[in-house]
Amino acid sequence: MTVTIDSPRASTTKHHKGINLEKWGWVFMRASGVLLVVLIFGHLFVNLMIGHGVKALDFAFVGGKFSDPFWQVWDMLLLWFALIHGANGMRTVINDYAHNRLVGVVLKSFILLATIVLLTLGTLVIYTFDPCPAGSPADLLPSFCAGV
Amino acid sequence: MPDKSTGSTVASPQKKYPLPKIVKPKALAGTVYRGNVGMWSWVLHRITGVAIFFFLLVHILDSTLLRVSPEAYNAVIGTYKNPIMGLGEVVLVAAIGIHALNGLRVILVDFWAWGMKHQKLLQWIGLALWIILLIGFVPRHLINVFSE
Ligand code: HEM
Repeated sequence: MTVTIDSPRASTTKHHKGINLEKWGWVFMRASGVLLVVLIFGHLFVNLMIGHGVKALDFAFVGGKFSDPFWQVWDMLLLWFALIHGANGMRTVINDYAHNRLVGVVLKSFILLATIVLLTLGTLVIYTFDPCPAGSPADLLPSFCAGV
Repeated sequence: MPDKSTGSTVASPQKKYPLPKIVKPKALAGTVYRGNVGMWSWVLHRITGVAIFFFLLVHILDSTLLRVSPEAYNAVIGTYKNPIMGLGEVVLVAAIGIHALNGLRVILVDFWAWGMKHQKLLQWIGLALWIILLIGFVPRHLINVFSE
């Protein structure tokens, strides 16, 4: 059997046409990472550090936050960037360990499906949220519901 | 039919310039990403990334209860306030801190020649910032969790 060994100095660069998706994934992980530092630590600070922290979390607290477009946009960015960053990271991890092609495809399909479902659910919750649902006990609702 | 031009060919090193002797290193010197301290931060980055992803899936699902009823949301978010979950939140924030600070280090190393050169120093700065983060968060959070 004859074997060809490329000259060690041969150029290994192949020039592909079109965009390099892996490269843009690499850039996205870094850009979204920087953004997520602000979004996540802001989220943790407001929900766990201010006031009584975790003890103050309930429907009324979230209702108060989501009545402000600022927090709607904040949480929307957090939802999309964290999920897509995390899902793309999971894709990398699966590529590294799933040596069986079928297993890899199944696991990545599962991640993709979960991501699409949760992005849809999360976006709907933020934009169709009703802080004062009719018929709910007033003591569970944000205080501003009393005036409505 | 053997083809002379595709036979096994390796450029023979010139006798005048022998190849440098390859010495097995005593300890793994590693690369920028792997080996020694860098390898452990890579392992931790990966484990925390995957763990945070699974937490995020659950956390988006519990938020969809906002759209079900105040009672349903409060019942589930209430479980975040018990002492065991309170300790879990310490682990979560610690894991996010590791992933975020190490992610920022990776970004600095990738985009900045100075960061590449001083990546060990960046690792210690990251550790210091992580400890400061926990000193700021843990006592305050535990007081919230354990006080009634
Ligand atoms: C807090 C801000 C964050 C920063 C600065 C950050 C930074 C990074 C960076 C730079 C990478 C790429 C590492 C590489 O290519 O070598 C990465 C990978 C990853 N991130 Fe994040 N990230 C953050 C938040 C998150 C969140 C919220 C999740 C989960 C939802 C997550 C899950 C992952 C996963 C699973 C990987 C792949 C790990 C691997 O390939 O070993 N990250 N992160």
